[in-house]
Amino acid sequence: MKNTAVSTVVKKPGILGRSYTAFILFFLYAPIFILITFSFNSTRSRSVWTGFTLDWYRSLFLDSSIMNAFYTTLIVAVISAIVATIAGTFAAVGFHSMRRRWRTPLMHINNIPMMNADIATGVSLSLLFISLGMVLRFRLGFGTLLLAHITFNIPYVVLSIMPKLRQLDNNLVDAACDLGCTWIKAFWKVIVPEIMPGIINGLIIAFTLSIDDFVISYFTAGGNVMTLPMQIFAMTRRRISPEINALSTILFLTVLALLIVINIRESKQEEKLHRGEDSRDR
Amino acid sequence: MKPKYFSIPYIVWMGIFVVAPIFFVVVYAFTTADGYPTLQNFAAMSRFTPVFIRSFLLAFISTVICILIGYPVAYILSREGKRVQRLMIMLIVLPMWMNFLLRTYAWMSILENTGLLNRFLAFLGLPALNIINTPTAVVIGMVYNFLPFMILPVYSVIVKIDRSLFEAAQDLGANNFSVFRKVVFPMSLPGVLSGIMMVFVPAVSTFVITQLLGGGMVMMLGDLIEMQFLGTAYNPQLGSAIALVMMFIVIVFMYFVNRFGQSDEKAVGA
Repeated sequence: MKNTAVSTVVKKPGILGRSYTAFILFFLYAPIFILITFSFNSTRSRSVWTGFTLDWYRSLFLDSSIMNAFYTTLIVAVISAIVATIAGTFAAVGFHSMRRRWRTPLMHINNIPMMNADIATGVSLSLLFISLGMVLRFRLGFGTLLLAHITFNIPYVVLSIMPKLRQLDNNLVDAACDLGCTWIKAFWKVIVPEIMPGIINGLIIAFTLSIDDFVISYFTAGGNVMTLPMQIFAMTRRRISPEINALSTILFLTVLALLIVINIRESKQEEKLHRGEDSRDR
Repeated sequence: MKPKYFSIPYIVWMGIFVVAPIFFVVVYAFTTADGYPTLQNFAAMSRFTPVFIRSFLLAFISTVICILIGYPVAYILSREGKRVQRLMIMLIVLPMWMNFLLRTYAWMSILENTGLLNRFLAFLGLPALNIINTPTAVVIGMVYNFLPFMILPVYSVIVKIDRSLFEAAQDLGANNFSVFRKVVFPMSLPGVLSGIMMVFVPAVSTFVITQLLGGGMVMMLGDLIEMQFLGTAYNPQLGSAIALVMMFIVIVFMYFVNRFGQSDEKAVGA
């Protein structure tokens, strides 16, 4: 009886509701499919279909400035994500073991780069780098770009690890210490394995944020280094070429594949979890 | 070594790369190019009043449209079965993973005067619209780019509302509309608030959308700041002052939005 009562309370959306969501999805995807379609267009036109070609893909891979920008993006993303994940893990563990009186203000400072407008973060970092550069004799470039990316990545890593630390049973650490572990050993053998899902999540978030960032890179990379988003920005302003469309298509398919893999993994994990709960109930 | 010392390196890092840069913005905003203290950067800003008004107005309009479009999506989604919900959320997240410059670029080819929209209108025998390089194009670009940031937080709050509350409301004689008005909507407000923050802040400070879809005709605060640092009007002191004022207004705005939300929550609790 109870089940039927619940199902009357929360009615499934009707045809009207579903067509509305379908329309919104159309709104979200139509531009992307237009980009993809015109990546195969044989002329430079962005609105008239003139025939099929793969030329834009070929010239994309032959364009050395695009490929250089791509490598720069990848290197910055990998290094900054790894550094931010390590630093963020230690920072989160440290914050977690602090008293609230200290932790709360520190977490507020940690959140500043996430809450602040990207342009404000970018501008303030560029002022810092320019001022320091005058004293220490360096210029904006790959190094400052990397420092900026690490800086805006760490807060997200900290934030994805904190909930896992809250779930962690403190008795486990005490037990390890009672059994003769030093604190450092307990950290590696108890805490890190327990918060691993949070660490991995943080690493993925940091990596994708770094790949995707345009505004902060734009202000901190200087004139000689370009990331892929910076290159795209330059292309939209100078010459408009279907190479951009080809690039979009490749990026879209990569992300789609990644997301499907992650989703399948997650649903498998969830199934496992549910099965575990069921057996415990029995 | 005690665990709390683990965070010391990061605290130093934050001091250098989070706190010090803001300090630099403040110092630059209050000095001349020669390093003397001054207020002229703020006085010079008065001629940009229209830009300030336009930025906050367009960001406000975009945020409101995002709520009007996004809220129903979140609400409808929350009533679907688990499997459909999971799939739909993935479909809404997916475009966000594509670089937003490319997403904005896509709208260039739709909205431009000989673009796909006008070709479609001509095909139907309708007159052409001049949308590109107008504030309308900028608002479309903002709504398109930031809509998922409204849908997702609202959805995640609505989904967590205890279903038995709906039942209780209905038992007490509420019809579907009153259940929505008196239970679902008030309880979903925290989600709307975080949505507002996630849409408004990037919208008010954008310079990419205005440059791609506004074609330099629709100048906003982001453009103004960008020009002072990397553009022709090189003047980081003035740029810092503008950025500082923008951050200040955003913080005040957020404070009021949050207070409004909290007083509402209290009203529901009482």
